[in-house]
Amino acid sequence: MRYRARVYAHPPDIPPRPPHDACADAAEEAGGKVVLSVAGLRKVYSKLVAVDGVSFDVHRREVVGLLGPNGAGKTTTINMILGVLSPTAGRVCIGGVDLARQRARALAQANFSAVYASLPGNLTVAQNLRFFGLVYGIPELGRRVGELLRQFDLDRLRDTKCGLLSSGEQTRVALAKAVLNRPRLLLLDEPTASLDPAAAQTIRARIRSLANETGCGILWTSHNMYEVEEVCDRVLFLSRGRILLEGDPRRLPREHGAATLEELFIRLAREPLTEPMERAG
Amino acid sequence: MRMKPVAGILLRQLYLIRGSPVRSLPMFAWVAIDIVMWGFITRYLNSMAAGRFNYVPSLLGAVLMWDFFTRIMQGVSTAFLEDVWSRNFLNLFATPLTISEYILGLVITSIGTSAVGLAVMLVLATAVFGLPFFSLGALLVPFLLVLFGFGIALGILASALVLRLGPASEWLVWPLPALLSPFVGVFYPLATLPRWMQAVGHVLPPSYVFEGMRAVLAGRALFAGSLAVGGALAALDILLAGYFFARVFRYAIRTGLLARYSAESTA
Repeated sequence: MRYRARVYAHPPDIPPRPPHDACADAAEEAGGKVVLSVAGLRKVYSKLVAVDGVSFDVHRREVVGLLGPNGAGKTTTINMILGVLSPTAGRVCIGGVDLARQRARALAQANFSAVYASLPGNLTVAQNLRFFGLVYGIPELGRRVGELLRQFDLDRLRDTKCGLLSSGEQTRVALAKAVLNRPRLLLLDEPTASLDPAAAQTIRARIRSLANETGCGILWTSHNMYEVEEVCDRVLFLSRGRILLEGDPRRLPREHGAATLEELFIRLAREPLTEPMERAG
Repeated sequence: MRMKPVAGILLRQLYLIRGSPVRSLPMFAWVAIDIVMWGFITRYLNSMAAGRFNYVPSLLGAVLMWDFFTRIMQGVSTAFLEDVWSRNFLNLFATPLTISEYILGLVITSIGTSAVGLAVMLVLATAVFGLPFFSLGALLVPFLLVLFGFGIALGILASALVLRLGPASEWLVWPLPALLSPFVGVFYPLATLPRWMQAVGHVLPPSYVFEGMRAVLAGRALFAGSLAVGGALAALDILLAGYFFARVFRYAIRTGLLARYSAESTA
Protein backbone atom coordinates (compact mmCIF):
# COMPACT_ATOMS: atom_id res chain seq x y z
CA MET A 1 0.00 0.00 0.00
CA ARG A 2 1.29 3.44 -0.89
CA TYR A 3 0.33 6.79 0.52
CA ARG A 4 0.15 10.31 -0.71
CA ALA A 5 0.29 13.34 1.49
CA ARG A 6 -2.92 15.17 2.20
CA VAL A 7 -2.43 18.82 1.34
CA TYR A 8 -5.11 21.19 2.56
CA ALA A 9 -6.11 24.26 0.62
CA HIS A 10 -8.85 26.81 1.01
CA PRO A 11 -11.62 26.26 -1.55
CA PRO A 12 -11.15 28.86 -4.30
CA ASP A 13 -14.82 29.87 -4.38
CA ILE A 14 -14.86 31.02 -0.76
CA PRO A 15 -13.38 34.49 -0.36
CA PRO A 16 -10.71 34.61 2.30
CA ARG A 17 -11.91 36.08 5.57
CA PRO A 18 -10.03 39.01 7.00
CA PRO A 19 -7.06 37.49 8.83
CA HIS A 20 -7.98 39.15 12.11
CA ASP A 21 -11.33 37.38 12.10
CA ALA A 22 -10.25 33.96 10.92
CA CYS A 23 -9.13 32.51 14.23
CA ALA A 24 -11.99 33.93 16.27
CA ASP A 25 -14.54 32.88 13.65
CA ALA A 26 -13.16 29.35 13.50
CA ALA A 27 -13.22 29.09 17.29
CA GLU A 28 -16.78 30.37 17.39
CA GLU A 29 -17.88 27.89 14.73
CA ALA A 30 -16.36 25.08 16.73
CA GLY A 31 -18.21 26.22 19.85
CA GLY A 32 -15.00 26.79 21.76
CA LYS A 33 -14.08 23.12 21.51
CA VAL A 34 -10.99 23.65 19.38
CA VAL A 35 -7.93 24.68 21.38
CA LEU A 36 -5.47 24.53 18.50
CA SER A 37 -6.16 25.12 14.86
CA VAL A 38 -3.31 24.84 12.38
CA ALA A 39 -4.06 25.72 8.77
CA GLY A 40 -1.77 25.34 5.77
CA LEU A 41 1.38 25.52 7.88
CA ARG A 42 4.53 25.58 5.78
CA LYS A 43 8.18 26.16 6.58
CA VAL A 44 10.84 26.45 3.91
CA TYR A 45 14.56 26.86 4.62
CA SER A 46 16.10 28.07 1.36
CA LYS A 47 15.64 24.89 -0.72
CA LEU A 48 14.48 22.55 2.05
CA VAL A 49 10.75 22.23 2.67
CA ALA A 50 10.59 21.18 6.33
CA VAL A 51 6.81 21.42 6.75
CA ASP A 52 4.54 21.45 3.74
CA GLY A 53 0.93 22.54 4.14
CA VAL A 54 0.11 20.90 7.44
CA SER A 55 -3.41 21.44 8.80
CA PHE A 56 -5.09 19.93 11.84
CA ASP A 57 -7.10 20.77 14.95
CA VAL A 58 -6.76 19.71 18.56
CA HIS A 59 -9.93 19.69 20.66
CA ARG A 60 -10.52 20.08 24.37
CA ARG A 61 -9.69 16.93 26.40
CA GLU A 62 -8.13 15.39 23.32
CA VAL A 63 -4.62 13.93 23.19
CA VAL A 64 -3.33 14.03 19.62
CA GLY A 65 -0.17 12.17 18.74
CA LEU A 66 2.12 13.75 16.18
CA LEU A 67 4.13 10.86 14.80
CA GLY A 68 6.77 10.52 12.18
CA PRO A 69 10.35 9.49 11.53
CA ASN A 70 13.28 11.72 12.41
CA GLY A 71 13.28 14.80 10.22
CA ALA A 72 9.58 14.46 9.39
CA GLY A 73 8.86 17.99 10.61
CA LYS A 74 7.34 17.26 14.04
CA THR A 75 9.58 19.54 16.07
CA THR A 76 9.47 22.22 13.36
CA THR A 77 5.67 22.12 13.57
CA ILE A 78 5.77 22.34 17.36
CA ASN A 79 8.24 25.23 17.25
CA MET A 80 5.92 27.13 14.91
CA ILE A 81 2.99 26.52 17.26
CA LEU A 82 5.15 27.78 20.15
CA GLY A 83 5.98 30.97 18.26
CA VAL A 84 9.74 30.42 18.33
CA LEU A 85 9.81 29.76 14.59
CA SER A 86 7.80 31.78 12.12
CA PRO A 87 6.03 29.86 9.36
CA THR A 88 6.68 30.64 5.72
CA ALA A 89 2.93 30.34 5.21
CA GLY A 90 -0.14 29.25 7.13
CA ARG A 91 -1.84 30.13 10.36
CA VAL A 92 -1.75 28.97 13.97
CA CYS A 93 -4.70 29.76 16.24
CA ILE A 94 -4.48 28.96 19.95
CA GLY A 95 -7.81 29.18 21.77
CA GLY A 96 -9.21 31.27 18.92
CA VAL A 97 -6.30 33.74 19.00
CA ASP A 98 -4.06 34.23 15.99
CA LEU A 99 -0.46 33.60 17.08
CA ALA A 100 1.03 35.82 14.39
CA ARG A 101 -1.14 38.79 15.33
CA GLN A 102 -1.48 38.45 19.12
CA ARG A 103 1.54 36.46 20.12
CA ALA A 104 1.43 37.15 23.86
CA ARG A 105 -2.33 36.50 24.15
CA ALA A 106 -2.06 33.27 22.19
CA LEU A 107 0.98 31.96 24.08
CA ALA A 108 -0.64 32.77 27.43
CA GLN A 109 -3.05 29.89 26.66
CA ALA A 110 -0.35 27.37 25.81
CA ASN A 111 2.62 25.74 27.45
CA PHE A 112 5.05 23.00 26.59
CA SER A 113 7.59 20.49 27.76
CA ALA A 114 10.33 19.05 25.61
CA VAL A 115 13.19 16.76 26.40
CA TYR A 116 15.62 19.14 24.64
CA ALA A 117 14.43 22.21 26.54
CA SER A 118 15.31 21.52 30.14
CA LEU A 119 14.68 24.19 32.73
CA PRO A 120 17.67 26.23 33.98
CA GLY A 121 19.75 23.79 35.99
CA ASN A 122 21.17 26.53 38.21
CA LEU A 123 17.77 27.33 39.74
CA THR A 124 15.98 25.13 42.25
CA VAL A 125 12.67 23.46 41.49
CA ALA A 126 10.67 26.08 43.41
CA GLN A 127 12.70 28.96 41.96
CA ASN A 128 12.08 27.73 38.42
CA LEU A 129 8.35 27.48 39.04
CA ARG A 130 8.23 30.96 40.59
CA PHE A 131 10.30 32.43 37.75
CA PHE A 132 8.13 30.97 35.00
CA GLY A 133 5.01 31.68 37.03
CA LEU A 134 5.85 35.39 36.99
CA VAL A 135 6.70 35.28 33.29
CA TYR A 136 3.24 33.77 32.64
CA GLY A 137 1.67 36.30 35.03
CA ILE A 138 0.05 33.66 37.27
CA PRO A 139 -2.17 35.13 40.01
CA GLU A 140 -1.64 33.84 43.58
CA LEU A 141 1.63 32.34 42.45
CA GLY A 142 2.79 31.07 45.85
CA ARG A 143 -0.33 28.95 46.23
CA ARG A 144 -0.12 27.66 42.66
CA VAL A 145 3.53 26.66 43.08
CA GLY A 146 2.67 24.84 46.34
CA GLU A 147 -0.16 22.98 44.56
CA LEU A 148 2.11 21.87 41.74
CA LEU A 149 4.90 20.77 44.07
CA ARG A 150 2.40 18.49 45.81
CA GLN A 151 0.66 17.35 42.62
CA PHE A 152 3.93 16.28 40.99
CA ASP A 153 5.54 14.86 44.15
CA LEU A 154 8.20 17.55 44.14
CA ASP A 155 7.85 18.86 47.69
CA ARG A 156 11.00 17.18 48.97
CA LEU A 157 12.93 18.46 45.91
CA ARG A 158 11.70 22.04 46.08
CA ASP A 159 15.11 23.42 47.11
CA THR A 160 17.18 21.14 44.87
CA LYS A 161 18.78 22.66 41.80
CA CYS A 162 17.17 21.27 38.66
CA GLY A 163 20.56 20.36 37.20
CA LEU A 164 21.03 17.84 40.00
CA LEU A 165 17.77 15.98 39.43
CA SER A 166 17.38 12.59 37.75
CA SER A 167 15.75 12.41 34.30
CA GLY A 168 12.45 11.34 35.82
CA GLU A 169 12.49 14.15 38.36
CA GLN A 170 13.40 16.68 35.66
CA THR A 171 10.49 15.47 33.56
CA ARG A 172 8.14 15.97 36.51
CA VAL A 173 9.44 19.51 37.04
CA ALA A 174 9.11 20.26 33.33
CA LEU A 175 5.51 19.01 33.42
CA ALA A 176 4.77 21.07 36.52
CA LYS A 177 6.08 24.13 34.68
CA ALA A 178 4.06 23.13 31.62
CA VAL A 179 0.78 23.26 33.53
CA LEU A 180 1.63 26.33 35.66
CA ASN A 181 -0.67 28.61 33.65
CA ARG A 182 -3.46 26.01 33.36
CA PRO A 183 -2.97 25.97 29.58
CA ARG A 184 -5.76 25.24 27.13
CA LEU A 185 -3.11 23.73 24.86
CA LEU A 186 -0.22 21.60 26.05
CA LEU A 187 2.58 20.62 23.69
CA LEU A 188 4.68 17.68 24.75
CA ASP A 189 7.66 16.79 22.61
CA GLU A 190 8.82 13.28 23.58
CA PRO A 191 8.05 13.83 27.27
CA THR A 192 9.00 10.28 28.24
CA ALA A 193 12.06 9.91 26.02
CA SER A 194 14.63 9.56 28.79
CA LEU A 195 12.51 7.75 31.37
CA ASP A 196 12.54 4.17 32.58
CA PRO A 197 9.32 2.19 31.85
CA ALA A 198 7.88 2.65 35.34
CA ALA A 199 8.48 6.40 35.39
CA ALA A 200 7.17 6.70 31.83
CA GLN A 201 3.97 4.89 32.80
CA THR A 202 3.41 7.23 35.73
CA ILE A 203 3.97 10.28 33.53
CA ARG A 204 1.62 8.94 30.85
CA ALA A 205 -1.13 8.38 33.39
CA ARG A 206 -0.61 11.86 34.78
CA ILE A 207 -0.80 13.48 31.36
CA ARG A 208 -3.90 11.52 30.40
CA SER A 209 -5.61 12.58 33.61
CA LEU A 210 -4.56 16.18 33.00
CA ALA A 211 -6.48 16.20 29.74
CA ASN A 212 -9.51 14.63 31.39
CA GLU A 213 -9.51 16.79 34.50
CA THR A 214 -8.49 20.20 33.17
CA GLY A 215 -9.99 19.89 29.69
CA CYS A 216 -6.82 20.98 27.96
CA GLY A 217 -5.93 19.68 24.53
CA ILE A 218 -2.58 17.95 24.19
CA LEU A 219 -0.34 17.58 21.18
CA TRP A 220 2.14 14.81 21.88
CA THR A 221 5.11 13.61 19.89
CA SER A 222 6.67 10.25 20.58
CA HIS A 223 8.55 7.42 18.95
CA ASN A 224 7.09 4.93 21.39
CA MET A 225 4.09 3.42 19.59
CA TYR A 226 2.99 1.52 22.68
CA GLU A 227 2.52 4.73 24.63
CA VAL A 228 0.87 6.43 21.67
CA GLU A 229 -1.75 3.67 21.58
CA GLU A 230 -2.21 3.94 25.31
CA VAL A 231 -2.53 7.71 25.56
CA CYS A 232 -3.60 9.28 22.27
CA ASP A 233 -7.16 9.66 21.06
CA ARG A 234 -5.99 10.42 17.55
CA VAL A 235 -2.70 10.36 15.69
CA LEU A 236 -1.29 12.27 12.75
CA PHE A 237 1.46 10.59 10.75
CA LEU A 238 3.89 13.12 9.41
CA SER A 239 6.47 12.33 6.77
CA ARG A 240 8.65 14.76 4.82
CA GLY A 241 6.67 17.65 6.22
CA ARG A 242 3.23 16.36 5.22
CA ILE A 243 0.42 14.58 7.03
CA LEU A 244 0.10 11.14 5.48
CA LEU A 245 -2.46 9.56 7.70
CA GLU A 246 -4.79 10.46 10.52
CA GLY A 247 -7.00 8.39 12.78
CA ASP A 248 -7.52 6.35 15.92
CA PRO A 249 -4.21 4.69 16.88
CA ARG A 250 -6.00 1.52 17.99
CA ARG A 251 -7.87 1.09 14.69
CA LEU A 252 -5.38 2.42 12.17
CA PRO A 253 -3.11 -0.66 11.99
CA ARG A 254 -6.00 -3.00 11.20
CA GLU A 255 -7.48 -0.59 8.68
CA HIS A 256 -4.17 -0.45 6.84
CA GLY A 257 -3.27 -4.11 6.98
CA ALA A 258 -0.61 -3.81 9.65
CA ALA A 259 -0.31 -5.96 12.75
CA THR A 260 0.71 -3.14 15.02
CA LEU A 261 1.00 0.63 15.05
CA GLU A 262 4.77 0.23 15.05
CA GLU A 263 4.62 -1.84 11.87
CA LEU A 264 2.41 0.78 10.25
CA PHE A 265 4.80 3.50 11.39
CA ILE A 266 7.78 1.71 9.85
CA ARG A 267 5.94 1.12 6.61
CA LEU A 268 4.84 4.76 6.36
CA ALA A 269 8.30 6.01 7.16
CA ARG A 270 9.76 3.93 4.31
CA GLU A 271 7.06 4.38 1.67
CA PRO A 272 7.59 6.89 -1.13
CA LEU A 273 4.76 9.41 -1.40
CA THR A 274 3.16 8.36 -4.65
CA GLU A 275 -0.38 7.09 -4.40
CA PRO A 276 -3.55 8.47 -2.83
CA MET A 277 -3.69 8.24 0.90
CA GLU A 278 -6.26 5.99 2.44
CA ARG A 279 -7.83 7.80 5.29
CA ALA A 280 -9.08 6.04 8.34
CA GLY A 281 -12.38 6.51 10.07
CA MET B 1 3.68 46.30 29.27
CA ARG B 2 3.04 43.86 32.15
CA MET B 3 5.26 44.16 35.20
CA LYS B 4 5.03 40.55 36.43
CA PRO B 5 7.19 39.13 33.62
CA VAL B 6 9.68 41.96 34.17
CA ALA B 7 9.76 41.02 37.86
CA GLY B 8 10.30 37.41 36.81
CA ILE B 9 13.45 38.29 34.87
CA LEU B 10 14.70 40.30 37.84
CA LEU B 11 13.85 37.56 40.34
CA ARG B 12 15.69 34.94 38.30
CA GLN B 13 18.82 37.10 38.41
CA LEU B 14 18.45 37.62 42.16
CA TYR B 15 18.18 33.87 42.68
CA LEU B 16 21.35 33.34 40.66
CA ILE B 17 23.33 36.01 42.48
CA ARG B 18 22.10 34.94 45.91
CA GLY B 19 23.07 31.35 45.39
CA SER B 20 26.40 31.93 43.73
CA PRO B 21 29.45 33.76 45.19
CA VAL B 22 31.13 33.63 41.76
CA ARG B 23 28.33 35.86 40.49
CA SER B 24 28.12 38.23 43.45
CA LEU B 25 31.88 38.72 43.93
CA PRO B 26 32.56 40.34 40.52
CA MET B 27 29.84 42.93 41.21
CA PHE B 28 32.24 44.72 43.55
CA ALA B 29 35.59 42.92 43.59
CA TRP B 30 36.95 44.03 40.21
CA VAL B 31 35.82 47.63 40.57
CA ALA B 32 37.37 47.72 44.05
CA ILE B 33 40.67 46.45 42.63
CA ASP B 34 40.49 49.09 39.89
CA ILE B 35 39.92 51.89 42.39
CA VAL B 36 42.73 50.67 44.66
CA MET B 37 45.19 50.42 41.77
CA TRP B 38 44.29 53.77 40.23
CA GLY B 39 44.10 55.32 43.69
CA PHE B 40 47.75 54.50 44.31
CA ILE B 41 48.74 55.61 40.81
CA THR B 42 47.12 59.00 41.44
CA ARG B 43 48.87 59.23 44.82
CA TYR B 44 52.18 58.59 43.15
CA LEU B 45 51.46 61.12 40.40
CA ASN B 46 50.43 63.69 43.05
CA SER B 47 53.73 63.17 44.86
CA MET B 48 55.59 63.73 41.59
CA ALA B 49 53.54 66.89 40.87
CA ALA B 50 54.45 68.21 44.32
CA GLY B 51 51.16 70.01 44.82
CA ARG B 52 51.05 71.69 41.42
CA PHE B 53 48.18 69.47 40.22
CA ASN B 54 45.76 67.12 41.97
CA TYR B 55 45.31 63.98 39.88
CA VAL B 56 42.73 62.41 42.16
CA PRO B 57 39.56 64.04 40.83
CA SER B 58 40.43 63.91 37.14
CA LEU B 59 42.06 60.48 37.00
CA LEU B 60 40.38 58.52 39.80
CA GLY B 61 37.03 60.22 39.08
CA ALA B 62 37.33 59.22 35.43
CA VAL B 63 38.17 55.62 36.36
CA LEU B 64 35.15 55.49 38.64
CA MET B 65 32.80 56.87 35.98
CA TRP B 66 34.18 54.56 33.29
CA ASP B 67 33.91 51.51 35.53
CA PHE B 68 30.32 52.46 36.30
CA PHE B 69 29.55 52.62 32.57
CA THR B 70 31.28 49.27 31.96
CA ARG B 71 29.35 47.61 34.82
CA ILE B 72 26.05 48.86 33.40
CA MET B 73 26.86 47.39 30.00
CA GLN B 74 28.05 44.12 31.49
CA GLY B 75 25.02 43.96 33.81
CA VAL B 76 22.68 43.86 30.82
CA SER B 77 24.76 41.47 28.74
CA THR B 78 25.52 39.10 31.64
CA ALA B 79 21.83 38.82 32.51
CA PHE B 80 21.17 38.00 28.86
CA LEU B 81 24.04 35.51 28.74
CA GLU B 82 22.55 33.64 31.70
CA ASP B 83 19.81 32.57 29.28
CA VAL B 84 22.43 31.61 26.69
CA TRP B 85 24.46 29.57 29.19
CA SER B 86 21.41 27.76 30.58
CA ARG B 87 19.95 27.30 27.06
CA ASN B 88 16.75 28.86 28.22
CA PHE B 89 15.60 30.67 25.08
CA LEU B 90 13.07 28.07 24.05
CA ASN B 91 11.49 28.01 27.52
CA LEU B 92 11.56 31.78 27.77
CA PHE B 93 10.33 32.87 24.35
CA ALA B 94 7.58 30.25 24.08
CA THR B 95 5.85 32.25 26.84
CA PRO B 96 3.78 35.46 26.58
CA LEU B 97 6.96 37.42 27.44
CA THR B 98 7.46 40.32 25.02
CA ILE B 99 10.81 41.67 23.87
CA SER B 100 10.25 44.99 25.65
CA GLU B 101 9.42 43.19 28.92
CA TYR B 102 12.51 41.03 28.56
CA ILE B 103 14.82 43.97 27.86
CA LEU B 104 13.33 46.01 30.71
CA GLY B 105 13.99 43.06 33.02
CA LEU B 106 17.63 42.96 31.90
CA VAL B 107 17.96 46.74 32.39
CA ILE B 108 16.51 46.71 35.90
CA THR B 109 18.81 43.82 36.76
CA SER B 110 21.75 45.89 35.56
CA ILE B 111 20.67 48.90 37.63
CA GLY B 112 20.80 46.73 40.73
CA THR B 113 24.15 45.11 40.05
CA SER B 114 25.89 48.30 38.90
CA ALA B 115 24.50 50.27 41.87
CA VAL B 116 26.34 47.86 44.17
CA GLY B 117 29.56 48.43 42.22
CA LEU B 118 29.08 52.20 42.22
CA ALA B 119 28.52 52.28 45.98
CA VAL B 120 31.68 50.23 46.63
CA MET B 121 33.72 52.45 44.30
CA LEU B 122 32.41 55.66 45.87
CA VAL B 123 33.13 54.50 49.42
CA LEU B 124 36.65 53.34 48.57
CA ALA B 125 37.60 56.30 46.39
CA THR B 126 36.22 58.87 48.83
CA ALA B 127 37.25 57.31 52.12
CA VAL B 128 40.67 55.91 51.18
CA PHE B 129 41.90 58.22 48.43
CA GLY B 130 40.01 61.41 49.22
CA LEU B 131 38.16 61.69 45.91
CA PRO B 132 36.00 64.84 46.14
CA PHE B 133 33.41 63.16 43.97
CA PHE B 134 30.50 65.08 45.34
CA SER B 135 32.23 68.36 44.46
CA LEU B 136 30.63 67.81 41.07
CA GLY B 137 27.39 68.59 42.91
CA ALA B 138 24.09 68.21 41.12
CA LEU B 139 25.94 67.65 37.85
CA LEU B 140 26.75 64.18 39.08
CA VAL B 141 23.18 63.13 38.29
CA PRO B 142 23.18 63.99 34.55
CA PHE B 143 26.74 62.68 34.20
CA LEU B 144 25.75 59.30 35.63
CA LEU B 145 22.47 59.27 33.70
CA VAL B 146 24.22 59.76 30.35
CA LEU B 147 26.72 56.99 31.15
CA PHE B 148 23.88 54.81 32.39
CA GLY B 149 21.91 55.36 29.19
CA PHE B 150 24.81 54.56 26.92
CA GLY B 151 25.79 51.54 29.04
CA ILE B 152 22.24 50.20 28.63
CA ALA B 153 22.37 50.78 24.87
CA LEU B 154 25.72 49.04 24.54
CA GLY B 155 24.51 46.12 26.70
CA ILE B 156 21.44 45.65 24.49
CA LEU B 157 23.61 45.88 21.37
CA ALA B 158 26.03 43.29 22.79
CA SER B 159 23.12 40.95 23.61
CA ALA B 160 21.75 41.32 20.09
CA LEU B 161 25.16 40.51 18.64
CA VAL B 162 25.42 37.34 20.74
CA LEU B 163 21.90 36.34 19.71
CA ARG B 164 22.77 36.87 16.06
CA LEU B 165 26.31 35.46 15.98
CA GLY B 166 26.00 32.65 18.51
CA PRO B 167 27.22 31.98 22.05
CA ALA B 168 30.90 31.97 21.10
CA SER B 169 30.62 35.64 20.11
CA GLU B 170 30.45 36.63 23.77
CA TRP B 171 34.22 36.96 23.53
CA LEU B 172 33.70 39.66 20.91
CA VAL B 173 31.37 41.76 23.02
CA TRP B 174 33.23 41.86 26.36
CA PRO B 175 35.95 44.20 25.02
CA LEU B 176 33.44 46.67 23.49
CA PRO B 177 33.96 49.30 26.25
CA ALA B 178 37.74 49.01 25.89
CA LEU B 179 37.33 49.47 22.15
CA LEU B 180 35.40 52.71 22.70
CA SER B 181 37.52 54.14 25.51
CA PRO B 182 40.23 55.78 23.31
CA PHE B 183 37.53 57.69 21.42
CA VAL B 184 35.61 59.14 24.37
CA GLY B 185 38.54 60.81 26.14
CA VAL B 186 38.23 59.14 29.53
CA PHE B 187 41.63 60.43 30.68
CA TYR B 188 42.41 63.20 28.17
CA PRO B 189 40.56 65.96 26.31
CA LEU B 190 39.12 65.07 22.93
CA ALA B 191 41.31 67.79 21.43
CA THR B 192 44.28 65.49 22.05
CA LEU B 193 42.95 63.08 19.42
CA PRO B 194 43.37 63.24 15.66
CA ARG B 195 40.39 64.74 13.85
CA TRP B 196 38.85 61.44 12.72
CA MET B 197 38.96 60.09 16.27
CA GLN B 198 37.41 63.31 17.55
CA ALA B 199 34.60 62.88 15.04
CA VAL B 200 33.94 59.37 16.36
CA GLY B 201 34.15 60.65 19.94
CA HIS B 202 31.52 63.30 19.27
CA VAL B 203 28.87 60.70 18.45
CA LEU B 204 29.62 58.75 21.63
CA PRO B 205 27.71 60.10 24.67
CA PRO B 206 30.44 59.40 27.28
CA SER B 207 32.74 61.94 25.60
CA TYR B 208 30.37 64.73 26.70
CA VAL B 209 30.47 63.45 30.27
CA PHE B 210 34.26 63.29 30.52
CA GLU B 211 34.73 66.65 28.78
CA GLY B 212 32.15 68.13 31.13
CA MET B 213 33.72 66.57 34.20
CA ARG B 214 37.15 67.96 33.34
CA ALA B 215 35.66 71.41 32.72
CA VAL B 216 33.93 71.45 36.11
CA LEU B 217 37.01 70.18 37.96
CA ALA B 218 39.16 72.80 36.24
CA GLY B 219 36.74 75.49 37.40
CA ARG B 220 35.52 76.25 33.89
CA ALA B 221 31.85 76.75 33.04
CA LEU B 222 30.08 73.67 31.75
CA PHE B 223 28.10 74.22 28.56
CA ALA B 224 24.76 72.65 29.49
CA GLY B 225 23.84 72.23 25.83
CA SER B 226 26.76 69.88 25.33
CA LEU B 227 25.60 67.64 28.15
CA ALA B 228 22.09 67.71 26.69
CA VAL B 229 23.54 66.49 23.38
CA GLY B 230 25.19 63.62 25.28
CA GLY B 231 21.86 62.78 26.91
CA ALA B 232 19.98 62.93 23.61
CA LEU B 233 22.58 60.73 21.94
CA ALA B 234 22.32 58.18 24.77
CA ALA B 235 18.51 58.13 24.45
CA LEU B 236 18.81 57.71 20.69
CA ASP B 237 21.33 54.89 21.17
CA ILE B 238 18.92 53.05 23.51
CA LEU B 239 16.17 53.28 20.89
CA LEU B 240 18.50 52.12 18.13
CA ALA B 241 19.85 49.24 20.20
CA GLY B 242 16.30 48.17 21.14
CA TYR B 243 15.29 48.32 17.48
CA PHE B 244 18.37 46.29 16.50
CA PHE B 245 17.63 43.65 19.16
CA ALA B 246 14.02 43.37 17.94
CA ARG B 247 15.26 42.98 14.34
CA VAL B 248 17.73 40.27 15.35
CA PHE B 249 15.02 38.53 17.39
CA ARG B 250 12.69 38.50 14.37
CA TYR B 251 15.54 37.15 12.26
CA ALA B 252 16.17 34.42 14.85
CA ILE B 253 12.46 33.49 14.77
CA ARG B 254 12.34 33.48 10.98
CA THR B 255 15.44 31.40 10.42
CA GLY B 256 14.97 28.96 13.30
CA LEU B 257 18.07 30.27 15.08
CA LEU B 258 16.12 30.84 18.28
CA ALA B 259 14.60 27.36 18.26
CA ARG B 260 17.94 25.61 17.94
CA TYR B 261 20.00 28.09 19.96
CA SER B 262 22.50 26.15 22.00
CA ALA B 263 26.23 26.03 22.40
CA GLU B 264 26.51 22.96 20.22
CA SER B 265 24.44 24.16 17.32
CA THR B 266 25.53 27.74 16.92
CA ALA B 267 29.01 28.07 18.36
